[in-house]
Amino acid sequence: MKGTWINRALLAPATLWLLGMLVLPLIVVIVFSFGERGAAGGYVPAFTLAQYANLPARLTAFKNTLIMAPLGTLAALVVAYPLAYYLAVRVSPRWRTLLLILVIVPFWTSILIRTYAWIFILGGRGLPLLLDMVGIADVRLMNTSFAVLVGIVYGYLPLMVFPIYVSLEKLDKRLLEASSDLGALPFATFRQVTLPLSLPGVATGCMLVFILLMGEFLIPALLGGGKVFFVGNALVDLFLQSRNWAYGSAVAATLVVIMLITVSLYMRLAMRRAGQRDDVSLF
Amino acid sequence: MRLYALAVYLFLYIPIGVIVLFSFNAGRHASDLRGFSTQWYGKALANPIVMDSLTTSFTVALASAVMASLFGTMAALALQQVKGRMRVFYDAMIYVSIMIPGIVIGIATLIALVTVFEVVNPFLASIWPTGPEAAPKLNMGLGSLIAAHTLFTMSLVIVIVRARIAGMDRALIEASTDLYATPWRTFWQVTLPQIFPAILAGFLLSFTFSFDDFIIAFFVAGSQTTLPIYVFSSIRRGVTPEINAIGTMVLAVSLTLLITAQFMLRKREKPTRR
Repeated sequence: MKGTWINRALLAPATLWLLGMLVLPLIVVIVFSFGERGAAGGYVPAFTLAQYANLPARLTAFKNTLIMAPLGTLAALVVAYPLAYYLAVRVSPRWRTLLLILVIVPFWTSILIRTYAWIFILGGRGLPLLLDMVGIADVRLMNTSFAVLVGIVYGYLPLMVFPIYVSLEKLDKRLLEASSDLGALPFATFRQVTLPLSLPGVATGCMLVFILLMGEFLIPALLGGGKVFFVGNALVDLFLQSRNWAYGSAVAATLVVIMLITVSLYMRLAMRRAGQRDDVSLF
Repeated sequence: MRLYALAVYLFLYIPIGVIVLFSFNAGRHASDLRGFSTQWYGKALANPIVMDSLTTSFTVALASAVMASLFGTMAALALQQVKGRMRVFYDAMIYVSIMIPGIVIGIATLIALVTVFEVVNPFLASIWPTGPEAAPKLNMGLGSLIAAHTLFTMSLVIVIVRARIAGMDRALIEASTDLYATPWRTFWQVTLPQIFPAILAGFLLSFTFSFDDFIIAFFVAGSQTTLPIYVFSSIRRGVTPEINAIGTMVLAVSLTLLITAQFMLRKREKPTRR
């Protein structure tokens, strides 16, 4: 139908962008991570493993990320699952679309503004003041791991609800009837029928949230107040404050490698058990 | 069960409600509520820094959304004919650009562009006909913001438009060809009208993404300030009613665009599901 030259022309801008703004920058990061820091910051060409050897200097950031990202994923899962179940199985189809849109809409709006709202709520004049009125005095919520977890669940909940909803919605309701006809108690039905069939959705949701959490910066920066910080916060510090590009590149490269390893291990474990991955649309 | 769902919806919407509520607060402090007033909107809109950053955000969002939907649609159309290794390569690139953390994209773009500029600027100065002083100096700023935002929004458009092409009725294209339409005419009269809602939805999502993006802009903005960067640095100095007003306006803009995008995607999806 169309000549290959038309095809090439159509692909040219996208190719230029992908190569120039994605591949080249990522290569630069890898190259820089083997370099040295200049006297006034920046980068001096070299081939050394010194930056990688120095990674333990930012161990706390890696440790926090590797603890808080799985914890945040789990918290989001615990909150999201019952809602997804409710939307897929219990709610009448008339309301379903509206309720689903209401879940997804916050996700597409500014995460900055939404996280900011929690500074308001968790800050000294918000919830702690209310708690004080009912007699629970001196509760500090801001700048704690709890605040960061609340922010994470709040920010990423929609991303978890949707894939679980999709896998539960496909579930054949007759299976549930069959199970209860065969004398299974509701909980047994859930554990033996519903839960296993929803695992692909759970796996997809967990993976999406986990990946995004690994690179999180805003939520710990705003709600963790320098006490709970992720690798993302260390990276901002390294690139924008101390301008240590070589070391920063090594930290960034390590983050991506850890992400790739955990995600591929996870895919192997979870996806194989859960069967084929569902195609999930977030729109 | 229903109560639980209600609680989750409250959890999702109360924070947004709080911001909107307090943005109309007459009090001088962010957190004591003293009657209704729109003064903070007036103050925010009269603040030249806010207006400057709003203009920057708007320019960047518009430019990157236009480029993303144009380049993304072109690529999505072309990728239909691409098979084999090349296809794997493009698919991998597109997913990498969506999945890689924004912060890594920001960092990588920053150091790559600064390094490229360090090479290109002296070169430009040496060959410039009217002398090295008159030579343009490439710098981080609007251009780098637009280029970086175009990368990830373009991938988004490719994914959305490709999904739409996959759901398209092939028979119509065959019918058009059988009726002796040129490929060009088939494209304008059959393909484009069918994929147009997806392109528009992609455009609106790209605009919202770029308009709301903080982390990539934080690295590549140079001396420019976008609205999210302004809001972020203001939050650092404390919670103010002015930020509530800006936040409410930002939420209103993205909500309007999103609902339109959602509407575009749904309206056209239905007929194909017959």
